[in-house]
Amino acid sequence: MFDNLTDKLDLVFKKLKGHGKLTEKNIEESLKEVRIALLEADVHYKVVKKLIADIKERALGQEVMASLTPGQQVVKIVNDELTEIMGTRHEDLNLSGSKPASIMLVGLQGSGKTTTAGKLAVLLRKKGNKPYLVPADVYRPAAIDQLKKLGEQLSIPVYSSTVEMDPVQICRKAGIAAQQEKCDVLLLDTAGRLHIDENLMAELCNIKDAVKPSDILLIADAMTGQDAVNIAKSFDNTLNLGGIILTKMDGDARGGAAISIKSITNKPIKFIGVGEKLSELEPFHPDRMASKILGMGDVLTIIEKAQSMVDEKKAVELEKKLRKNEFTLDDFRDQMVQIRKMGSLKDLLSMIPGFSKNKQFKNLEVDEKEFIRIEAIINSMTPQEKRQHTIINGNRRKRIAKGSGTSIQDINKLLKNYTQIIKMMKKMNKGGMRGLGRGMLPF
Amino acid sequence: MTLNWFKKHSNEKKEKQDNSDSSEKTYFFERLKKGLSKTCKILSTDIDELFTGKKEIDDSLLEKVEELLITSDIGVQTSMDLVQKISKKSSKISDAIQFKHALKEEILSLLNLQTPKQIPEINYTKPKVIMVIGVNGVGKTTTIGKLAAKFNLEGKKVLIAAADTFRAAAVEQLVIWADRANAQIVKHKDNADPASVAYDSIEAAIARDMDIVLVDTAGRLHTRVNLMEELKKIKRIISKKLAGAPHEILLVLDATTGQNALSQAKLFDDALGVTGIALTKLDGTAKGGIVVSICNTLKIQLKYIGIGENIDDLQDFNSKDFVDALF
Repeated sequence: MFDNLTDKLDLVFKKLKGHGKLTEKNIEESLKEVRIALLEADVHYKVVKKLIADIKERALGQEVMASLTPGQQVVKIVNDELTEIMGTRHEDLNLSGSKPASIMLVGLQGSGKTTTAGKLAVLLRKKGNKPYLVPADVYRPAAIDQLKKLGEQLSIPVYSSTVEMDPVQICRKAGIAAQQEKCDVLLLDTAGRLHIDENLMAELCNIKDAVKPSDILLIADAMTGQDAVNIAKSFDNTLNLGGIILTKMDGDARGGAAISIKSITNKPIKFIGVGEKLSELEPFHPDRMASKILGMGDVLTIIEKAQSMVDEKKAVELEKKLRKNEFTLDDFRDQMVQIRKMGSLKDLLSMIPGFSKNKQFKNLEVDEKEFIRIEAIINSMTPQEKRQHTIINGNRRKRIAKGSGTSIQDINKLLKNYTQIIKMMKKMNKGGMRGLGRGMLPF
Repeated sequence: MTLNWFKKHSNEKKEKQDNSDSSEKTYFFERLKKGLSKTCKILSTDIDELFTGKKEIDDSLLEKVEELLITSDIGVQTSMDLVQKISKKSSKISDAIQFKHALKEEILSLLNLQTPKQIPEINYTKPKVIMVIGVNGVGKTTTIGKLAAKFNLEGKKVLIAAADTFRAAAVEQLVIWADRANAQIVKHKDNADPASVAYDSIEAAIARDMDIVLVDTAGRLHTRVNLMEELKKIKRIISKKLAGAPHEILLVLDATTGQNALSQAKLFDDALGVTGIALTKLDGTAKGGIVVSICNTLKIQLKYIGIGENIDDLQDFNSKDFVDALF
């Protein structure tokens, strides 16, 4: 019923492609569709109005470049405009000022502040900082417990707040406690509140005055509708935000709130939450987000993910093995594990250009359990079998199936895939990438 | 809302005890009024303002109306349809009151369902099982706490199944709510199988002769197929233990959510068959207009609205009250 913004704009430009030239009339026509698409993506009404006017001005003032089709030209203009609104580069956390630095997380109820606090702690630790979690939500039942449990899971120290304490006092005292724990960044998890609740907004001001945080981040739900503008404006007016984190970006929301919030506050969106796991927080790249909205894919993010997750040493080893045609089932399993570390396959696929356009892949659901099954199968093999898959006969297959709790069919399938990969690699080693025909990839 | 709930609640109690019966009535009346004004707010627009200094309907006025509708998250298509319908009637409309009336009538026709999906009230064995579902952070646990209190006030025996075993401290949160609402609770360890929690809860509820079982589930994005399968399993297990159950699948939606709420409702409905909606967080500035489209396209009734953080801040969504509040 409702396609995403990418699909919508694709459709618009498909229509445009039929025309030979970019005229005032077909610009009007396409902008009508762009307007609807943006509104359906939850971009605020007023923001859309301004956006459309700007795009129109740009489009009309330009001549169609010889190298581009009219459709491509409009895509480029819309893309440029969206990118310009969302900023030009990624902005990191602000940790300046006296140590320990404090980062204050604020937002409505249920926007994901506590989970984001956990995710930021993981990120900071990865960067070599020593984070300290501070639960300052004394109102919601068991909110403090939630952060304490996250801290326990992550082995990150948590300030021992209680519901009887005053949030301002908690934040102030936590600063001293953090120094004793030798931590350098405090993450202040404040209670969710409505932006029109004057008393609770005043409380945030008091916390700000007491601890002088180096960064104040608004945690906003990517699914937020037209109200995103009011929320962002109130929080920014009260606290002068340092930035925004958009959560729940892994759903099918079109995320127009990103454009609304950015254009109303002019504060950078620093990170996006892309899953329930505590490692699933990514830097926000405005240019990539705009490209993603326009269906131009997000290859850079994939590359970055692969770089941070893949073990360098193992990669070198693997390359050697590939060259010598010694890719064993053990290596096959290691590869699987590496890929799984990068996140869900579905997310990875959605970033590849063309995937969102292709109807065939639209409802593709990758069975993550398949990985677990493959791992179990390989783990049930003897070392000899792993090195030399050709010795795996009927009896051995039966044994492996029993050992891994799978069926003989599963094992046949795995071995078939594996031999295909081996074949492909042999071709690659002989003729380089050119040896790879189309459609040879195992997925 | 500034104060700790405990403080506030004890104050309220004190107030109630100190004062006479009449003040208690006023208290409930005020609550109802607050609820009604919120109900009204779902679609309230400053149409009077638009008419100041104007005598007739022109394009600029219609554009303003479209803006008001769109900014209340009703959706582009629905808003454009509504404006078109109104503009066709424009010759019969001469002032703000008539205009308002016409607009409200159109919106009501979308909201009032002729054949809402519903499970017949009769023909089920005790306990009545209500399964509560929704995406992360919409207020499922809080809504369950409020529902438990509401049923308890009606003299029913309520048991809560803490089947959100995923989110850290979700069970602890529910224990506090159960305590406030004077309800019983069945819980397992963290990361236990939610279906087994549901199963044990139904078993306990039958043994203890409970009237209502509220099943809390972990928040999940509607696009996560595996997690939706998990919900289907919980539903299956419940119906295995008690034929005909769950009697209600209550979808909790956040009024702050934009057009994505429709996708949420659709996918949850496809997977489980939603029988009712609770719209939360209407005490903010968000208008939750998307429910109009949801009710209309999916034929699901809006049953409850959440209007605050207190235990009694949940109201039945009553279309009669709604109409009264509108006119």
